[in-house]
Amino acid sequence: MTQKPLPTGAGVLATTQPLPDYGKAPELSREDRLRWYRLMFLTRKFEERSYQSYQTGLIGGFCHLYNGQEAVAAGTFAAITDADPVITAYRDHAHGLMRGIRPGPAFAELYGRATGVVKGKGGSMHYFNVDKQMYGGHGIVGGQTALGLGLAFATKYLGEKKVCFCYMGDGAVNQGAFHESLNLAQLMKIPVIYVIENNMYSMGTAVERHSAPVELYKRALGYDMMGVRAEAQDFDLVRQVSWTLAERARKENMPAILELMTYRYRGHSMSDPQYYRSKDEVEEYRKHDPVEILRGRILSEGTVSEKDLDKLEDEVRKEVQESHEWALASPYPAQSEIYTDIYA
Amino acid sequence: MAKIAYRDAVRDAMSEEMARDSRVFLIGEEVAQYNGAYKCSKGLLDKFGPDRVIDSPISEAGFSGLAIGAAMYGLRPIVEFMTFSFSFVAFDQIVNNAAQIRYMSGGQIKIPMVFRGNSGGGHQIGATHSHAPENIYATFPGLKVVVPAFAADAKGLLKSAIRDDNPILVIENEALYGRESEVPDGDYLTPIGKANILQEGTDVTIVTHGRSCWTVLEAAQELHKMGIRAEIIDLRSIKPLDWPTVFASVRKTHNLVCVDETKPFCGVSAQVAAEVQRACFDHLDAPILRVTSVEAPMPFSSALEDECIPNVARIIEAVKQVVS
Ligand SMILES: Cc1ncc(C[n+]2csc(CCOP(=O)(O)OP(=O)(O)O)c2C)c(N)n1
Repeated sequence: MTQKPLPTGAGVLATTQPLPDYGKAPELSREDRLRWYRLMFLTRKFEERSYQSYQTGLIGGFCHLYNGQEAVAAGTFAAITDADPVITAYRDHAHGLMRGIRPGPAFAELYGRATGVVKGKGGSMHYFNVDKQMYGGHGIVGGQTALGLGLAFATKYLGEKKVCFCYMGDGAVNQGAFHESLNLAQLMKIPVIYVIENNMYSMGTAVERHSAPVELYKRALGYDMMGVRAEAQDFDLVRQVSWTLAERARKENMPAILELMTYRYRGHSMSDPQYYRSKDEVEEYRKHDPVEILRGRILSEGTVSEKDLDKLEDEVRKEVQESHEWALASPYPAQSEIYTDIYA
Repeated sequence: MAKIAYRDAVRDAMSEEMARDSRVFLIGEEVAQYNGAYKCSKGLLDKFGPDRVIDSPISEAGFSGLAIGAAMYGLRPIVEFMTFSFSFVAFDQIVNNAAQIRYMSGGQIKIPMVFRGNSGGGHQIGATHSHAPENIYATFPGLKVVVPAFAADAKGLLKSAIRDDNPILVIENEALYGRESEVPDGDYLTPIGKANILQEGTDVTIVTHGRSCWTVLEAAQELHKMGIRAEIIDLRSIKPLDWPTVFASVRKTHNLVCVDETKPFCGVSAQVAAEVQRACFDHLDAPILRVTSVEAPMPFSSALEDECIPNVARIIEAVKQVVS
């Protein structure tokens, strides 16, 4: 077991090519900043409730929690708009909640109810919200990387000047579909950003045991592509680097790998005794908590009082509790639902 | 009606649909500058340009996934596999993404796209290049599978597939690309899920599809000389399959022989036999027999290969046994 490096606050750590200088990302309004904080806090509380629900047997199957990684989804999403398509793997609760899925239907999906966001047909790993351009939730490691390429291809084909952010875990860099996608993206100039959420473990396998080059952004070198490694516990730093790459994709149709160094506090899924890392390591990382970092920054800026923030948090706690109860009171799908939504 | 080659029918279908709908594009290996490995996309690059007729590197998983993602966003891609034997490199994209995403998204997403290309054996290109995979893909709910045997259906089924809102595999056959047959004039569609009675008869029903249709027609001429009147059904569509047409014919002839190029174990003919014995048990005069590819990889030598896919001799033998 090698101890993992802790965040230093440096933001961008390394790149394969010089980053273009488009200046600073446009300022977020006070309301928008609070909205992103609220979504990060909501995600945290949602995951905590999911954890409890799993322990009490309300959730079957797999359930991959996002605790510790919140600034990745929030910081990248805040750099683009809800019109830009996004797609991710199975650790998708944050991406769903931050792209408009209400906690009620999100819980209902975990509980297999008819009111679930995908009617109880997808479960934890398959959240979709096409209204807000959230294209899943995908269970095959690396399988979604080619789909993200296609979403981005389609926006370019239609002349929309959009960018697709395609999320994946560090373990997915070893899949063939990802490498084929990188080559196609660079060759065809497709505006896709591959966000590697490097939480340093692929299940129980630490990065240095699964990838020959441990600096995953360097996979871009083989494709003459922009690769960036950045720290990812700080919402603002994540947003800035994501914005630069999104601008580059919009202006020049250029893809990139964005390796974001993060950490997950919980086990891989729910039945993970975590023999592969020490409790100390987890505790050290918890001291660089993305939700706390943004909270502290907002307070230090003085635009919101602690009292107001407390109030917002209480509202979220209440919303999570009520959503969970609403989901639990929801009916299971009718048997006839087995045979719907197979063909269009 | 004009007589045209199957490959030209495929090209015409793509060309007409691309002209009709700007969301339709073609991607695959050698489809643009080379005009297609089997020349099915001849002239399309000149007509529609490189943004819509796209040469891909050899990356079946990559370009299949690209097309599925583009379909999720509302485009209507056509993926050409140089042969369906290479589609297995993209198997995950087809069976886990194209087939399942609509269901798993609770109906939020449509995947209106086509995978098409060559398949089948008989050309001495060995075991890795000679698969007939229609039964494999037909097993996945969410996919549709059609196998045109004649130029008219090569065009009509492909046009229907391009307009359909589901992922559809259009499985062609190298042996058929050069064969000419009559094609109706103008814009027409062959419905997906509708079988075609190629020849009416009274003594035995032969259910077949794809290249085997031609072999069965040849065998039927011999059978005719022996006084056996075969009713020949070209399934055209494997999924969905036109059960009413099959059942009605068996209830008329009381005998069934299934002929197709998939392997015998869990092949298309196995599926047809299972359904027919259930639905038409009281109407059958003899056990159903199947003439399929054999339970072996495809050998190289033509002396062996010719025995491995359904041929006239095997068909005649099976029919004689059933009607005797
Ligand atoms: C093709 C495939 N192989 C194996 C698995 C089982 N599996 C699910 S998640 C996972 C680990 C992936 O880790 P990583 O990509 O780092 O993402 P993280 O879980 O850290 O978010 C494995 C092996 C799978 N879902 N798909």
